[in-house]
Amino acid sequence: MLNVIKIAARNLRRYLRRTILTSSLITLGVVAVLLFISVTGSFKSMMVGQITDSMIGHLQIHRKGYMASIDNLPLNRNLNQQQVAKVKEVLSGVDAVESFSMRIKLGAMFSNFTETTNIRLNTVIPEQEVKTVPLLSERIVEGQKKDVLLQKGEILIPELIAKGMKVKVGDSVVLVANNKDGSVNGKTFLVSGVLEGISGPGGRDGVIHLDDAKELLRIDGVEISEIAVRLKNMGDLPRVFSSLKGEFASFTNKEGNPVFEVHTWKDLSPFYNIAQMIDLMTFFIKIMLVAIVLVSIMNVMIMAVYERINEIGTIAAIGTLPGKIMALFVTEGFLLGVLGTAVGTVISLISIAVINAAGLTFNFGRQSNLVLAPTIGAGDVITIVLIVIGIAVAASLQPAYKAARMDPITALRHV
Amino acid sequence: MTIAYSGDFEKEILTKEKVMSLVTADHLEKTYQIGEISVNAIRGVNFTIEPASFVSFVGPSGSGKSTLLNMIGCLDPPTAGSLKVVGQDIARMDRKQAAHFRGEHIGFVFQDFNLIPVLTVFENVEYPLLMVQNWPAKERKKRVNNLLDAVGMGDQGDKYPSQISGGQKQRVAVARALVTNAKMVLADEPTANLDGETANRIINLMKKMRDEFDTTFIFSTHDPKVMQSAEIIFTLEDGKLLQRQNDNGGTNA
Repeated sequence: MLNVIKIAARNLRRYLRRTILTSSLITLGVVAVLLFISVTGSFKSMMVGQITDSMIGHLQIHRKGYMASIDNLPLNRNLNQQQVAKVKEVLSGVDAVESFSMRIKLGAMFSNFTETTNIRLNTVIPEQEVKTVPLLSERIVEGQKKDVLLQKGEILIPELIAKGMKVKVGDSVVLVANNKDGSVNGKTFLVSGVLEGISGPGGRDGVIHLDDAKELLRIDGVEISEIAVRLKNMGDLPRVFSSLKGEFASFTNKEGNPVFEVHTWKDLSPFYNIAQMIDLMTFFIKIMLVAIVLVSIMNVMIMAVYERINEIGTIAAIGTLPGKIMALFVTEGFLLGVLGTAVGTVISLISIAVINAAGLTFNFGRQSNLVLAPTIGAGDVITIVLIVIGIAVAASLQPAYKAARMDPITALRHV
Repeated sequence: MTIAYSGDFEKEILTKEKVMSLVTADHLEKTYQIGEISVNAIRGVNFTIEPASFVSFVGPSGSGKSTLLNMIGCLDPPTAGSLKVVGQDIARMDRKQAAHFRGEHIGFVFQDFNLIPVLTVFENVEYPLLMVQNWPAKERKKRVNNLLDAVGMGDQGDKYPSQISGGQKQRVAVARALVTNAKMVLADEPTANLDGETANRIINLMKKMRDEFDTTFIFSTHDPKVMQSAEIIFTLEDGKLLQRQNDNGGTNA
């Protein structure tokens, strides 16, 4: 086999210009795909990280039917004490769960004493919340970042309301909310920080302490709208989701209907659709790469066979077996693929390092100066390398087969 | 080794072939179909060739010389009759068996030399040992060097075909044909692209190699000077064997 490789390599060197052109085309394709995957992958993972680590968490558990009416932030679809206890019991038994955070979601009127507007609120137990969505405190653009996020009586207000209502850190504001029984209650809060808005549900919510929410809503016992869950490793999400979904499905009410519903961040954030679009685009870019490699290698190998018909006749006449002739041409295609891929991979990795070193920034939605930090996993690189080399070999098969099947006499007569 | 002429060509074939023939053709025919037209390239030819012979097929263009050489070289199967080469009926071989047989028993020298341009002189001669017979490296090197020395190209091994003359290329081709210990070398118009003096040198080289290695050389030519060098001359015309002439003057029509 080494001899076949040696002769195939020499044949590639014989047509050096063509070899360089073809492998350059493959290189270009590999660079385009690897850079695209790394940049979009980094964008995707950064956005997913932002969404899960500063807002949604990896999973959320609600009472059945809550998500269908989440736009209204219904208080009558909260989990009760018994149900919350059940969820806690289940989650505490799952090793993959790092932490979880109990929340009450509500809508309220926000007043700075001169103007009033609507506000959506996420009410949390700060210690649980910072463990479950650790990047939330990073979104505080004004006000001091504290370990405990906020104290009772404090509120973190969204950036848009802060600007629109001209409210600053340290100001007092009033929240007025409808209670479950239809009555109204109000409470004064101290603005302790301004939260940067991000895309997706809850991205522009204010944050108050859960105890304040209970006081505002006149809730006595335990009532929880949602439980956000953070996993130790996001890679476990499909497995844990499937397991929790199965487990919670077993809890039913008197009518036999399930009590809980479990959702991953994918069900909750519209960014998942963008992520899917990115994956689709990546797929089409890969298809284009396959087409480039297929056409260029096939073209070159067809030319190689045509130009060397007489040579094929010679080696066939002196007793080279058809299989070896085929191997010779397939190896040429293989080496072209390897050459183009190797150079392409090296250029891509260098480019990724350069982009990272340059610290390029971009804006997405209302978020600005996001640092572009492309990374690519070994798995992606290996997949692309294998695809390109596999296609290069596949593209050489037909011309190689033709060479192997060539009649030696006809080939020897060819001028 | 040449055979003594008995006076009865057909009878001689039948008696000797069983004992010592390298090639035996019995009512050999080859017909090509070109569209709706059948072309009878070889018409009922009988002959035998013994080991270590120096044989030439001569005749005008289109007489069937190349077709006959192609059939002896297992490149083209006969349409009818039988052709045994080294005791094997070549009509029964498939492509792979024929390739294997050629690699084992037959060397080829071509009119256009047909050296592989990306390989050096040494590597061209080495090629059949490497790609066809899988010789170990040490023996391979020794064998190639011996052959290159034998054809007078021992000091040209590192050169590429483009760096040597036509005569030198044909010497390399002869070495390549002999390197596998082939029982016979088939050469189709081996001197057609060479000047007279170089052509003579190549024919003399082939004869010397025959003497040295006991390899049968069978070549086709239409050059009268070259054909006279052969010890046995088969004259073909219109696909028929007209005459067999030995260098001792014996002739059979």
